[in-house]
Amino acid sequence: MIKSIKTWILVGFASLLLVACGQGGGGSGSKKSKTLDNTKKAGFVKCGVSQGLPGFSNADASGNWSGIDVDVCRAVAAAVLGDADKVKYTPLSAKERFTALTSGEIDVLARNTTWTLSRDADIGLTFVGVNFYDGQGFMVRKNSGINSVNDFKNGISACTNTGTTTELNMRDFFNSKNISYEPIAFEKADEVVQAYDAGRCDTYTTDKSGLAAQRTKMSNPDEHKVLPETISKEPLGPVVRQGDAVWEDIVRWSLNTMIEAEEYGVNSSNASSLKDSENPAIKRLVGSEGELGAAFGLDNEWSLRIIEQVGNYGESYKKHIADTGILPNRGPNQLWTKGGILYVPPAR
Amino acid sequence: MIFKKFNIENKKARDLIPQAITVLALLSVIIYFATNAQINMGNRGISFGFGFLNQEASFDITFSMIEYDGSHSYGRAFLVGLLNTILVSVIGIFFATIIGVVVGVSRLSDNYLIAKVAEWYVEIFRNIPLILQIFFWYFAALRALPLPENGISFNDISFLTIKGWYVPKFIWTNFNIFLLSIIAAFIAIYFINSYATKQREQFGKQLPATSISLATLILIPLITFLFLGVSLTFEYPVLKQLSSTVYTYEGGVSIIPELIALALALSMYTATFIAENVRAGILGVGKGQKEAAASIGLNKNQILKLVVMPQALRIIIPPTTNQYLNLTKNSSLAAAIAYPDIVLVFAGTALMQTGRAIEIISITMLTYLTLSISISMFMNWYNKKMAIKEK
Repeated sequence: MIKSIKTWILVGFASLLLVACGQGGGGSGSKKSKTLDNTKKAGFVKCGVSQGLPGFSNADASGNWSGIDVDVCRAVAAAVLGDADKVKYTPLSAKERFTALTSGEIDVLARNTTWTLSRDADIGLTFVGVNFYDGQGFMVRKNSGINSVNDFKNGISACTNTGTTTELNMRDFFNSKNISYEPIAFEKADEVVQAYDAGRCDTYTTDKSGLAAQRTKMSNPDEHKVLPETISKEPLGPVVRQGDAVWEDIVRWSLNTMIEAEEYGVNSSNASSLKDSENPAIKRLVGSEGELGAAFGLDNEWSLRIIEQVGNYGESYKKHIADTGILPNRGPNQLWTKGGILYVPPAR
Repeated sequence: MIFKKFNIENKKARDLIPQAITVLALLSVIIYFATNAQINMGNRGISFGFGFLNQEASFDITFSMIEYDGSHSYGRAFLVGLLNTILVSVIGIFFATIIGVVVGVSRLSDNYLIAKVAEWYVEIFRNIPLILQIFFWYFAALRALPLPENGISFNDISFLTIKGWYVPKFIWTNFNIFLLSIIAAFIAIYFINSYATKQREQFGKQLPATSISLATLILIPLITFLFLGVSLTFEYPVLKQLSSTVYTYEGGVSIIPELIALALALSMYTATFIAENVRAGILGVGKGQKEAAASIGLNKNQILKLVVMPQALRIIIPPTTNQYLNLTKNSSLAAAIAYPDIVLVFAGTALMQTGRAIEIISITMLTYLTLSISISMFMNWYNKKMAIKEK
């Protein structure tokens, strides 16, 4: 008797499973923005950041995130939800980041990620712009007598992060110079720093902004220097999932708004007073002319909120990168009107 | 009603139907997840396939047992990672077993000091999380090593430095002949042992089989050196200056510190569990067994070899199999200290560069499954060999 009861429970359970399988299924991919709807419903933007890179995305002792990458997510939250603080940050390793995005764990990836063809085209991602133009460099000890990449010799050991374009550039570089080298790739940036600092490797290679930021973590930052050469192009920018055009546009134009605001001299303190400006471009930025927000299903003050709550690109750069001493000189990350290469399409 | 009929009249069917339904349900779940993943990947423009395995990997790996550089394929990179995983597991299992047996026996020692030291060792190393031990060996212990220019020298032929342990490289001539002689030696040993067993069982004669085997293993390869043109020379590591303060060693073989740290941590940690298994196994053999063996005139060594160990092994092997499996799986923590195992190389870098998460994670999981099942099968075979044979 007992056995047959067991049997029937089993049968019942199994058929339940079958029924459950029949339902469900399907997938995303509708024409409206599912991501936007979900974000509004959840009340926060799901943002993927680094595990701690000063200037880009770094958490302080009380867990508050800041940095120019973080500001992209804050801008999206200000535009979509009206409050730049409504962001949920997920720290991700280089290796986890794309899977987290494609699987829907995060909706915006703002994690000093290099825009490359294969990443853009092959794995279901879309890069929406560039918020930092970077390039790969090398750090060495000052007393090493190495003053240029031309001083590298066969047998040099180089530490870097695994799962980054850095690993590939490093090989291209050493191959082109015909130098045999020992690559040591760690999963976390902190361990790379520790290993280099202790003398496991002779040089540490990553994006130059990263080198400048990580140098501050060394036991004696003054003992190290970054070599002058840049061996690669590293345009870093926010990424979204492929297939949600509306969300993609929202993130792209949140970033563009910050850069355009700097170009027109609109910043967090003067934005609301510029509603009656003479310049129609400024009026469009602060929402007193045109109906630009409607194209994404947002109200007309979305860009004003970004500028007021997050600030323009120049303010963000100054606060996180320049004033922290990471890279005081803006270099290529200066507006095109001032000799840099920051140039965004007009918001109109 | 129809089921009830089955229930009563056909026991076989009654037993079979629920099982069939369960299997069906399980299959449906798998198919559901697979289709769901496929639909979602399709929607997001992600293709599925294993073609990437033939593409050029274009990243380099620190340490490889087979020829590899970035111009090889992702498939080759996978193989490099797999071999590195196997290497550290084999080294780990080897040392864990030795340390485990020594510590396990020491815990039962009559010497108070030895027993206590062994006990403390077990208690300390098994109660600290493995990842911390790996970090300890890598960042704390190995970091204490000197830079290459001040390397700890072993008679000027081997140097221990923070960049690794540089040992002489073996350069063989006619290595194939040497290899064949080793195989021949093992075949000879097999016959010597079966002859010795036969002698013991039929005539009660004890032959010194172990000593003869050992002599064979040394003598046969030695002959190849003396008469068959096999020779071995060494290439010693030499200090090389790269810049005013940067040095490295050239020539020889470098055992990278990541491998040393990982192998150390894995074997020290796993050895504690094996030590406990060994202690349990020896204690599990009844006192009467030893007394009975002594009473028929066996000496102490014979008691251990012929009576205690065969019975203790039966208790030791099954839980030790688990420890071997754990060690192999734990080797995946290698990624934390940049040892290029399969997780770092394949499920790390290759995954990143290709973005093929589902394919790569599936391959990696299947690989670990295969490794574990192989170890289980081998240990089960050994266990069966050691089990009581009822006659």
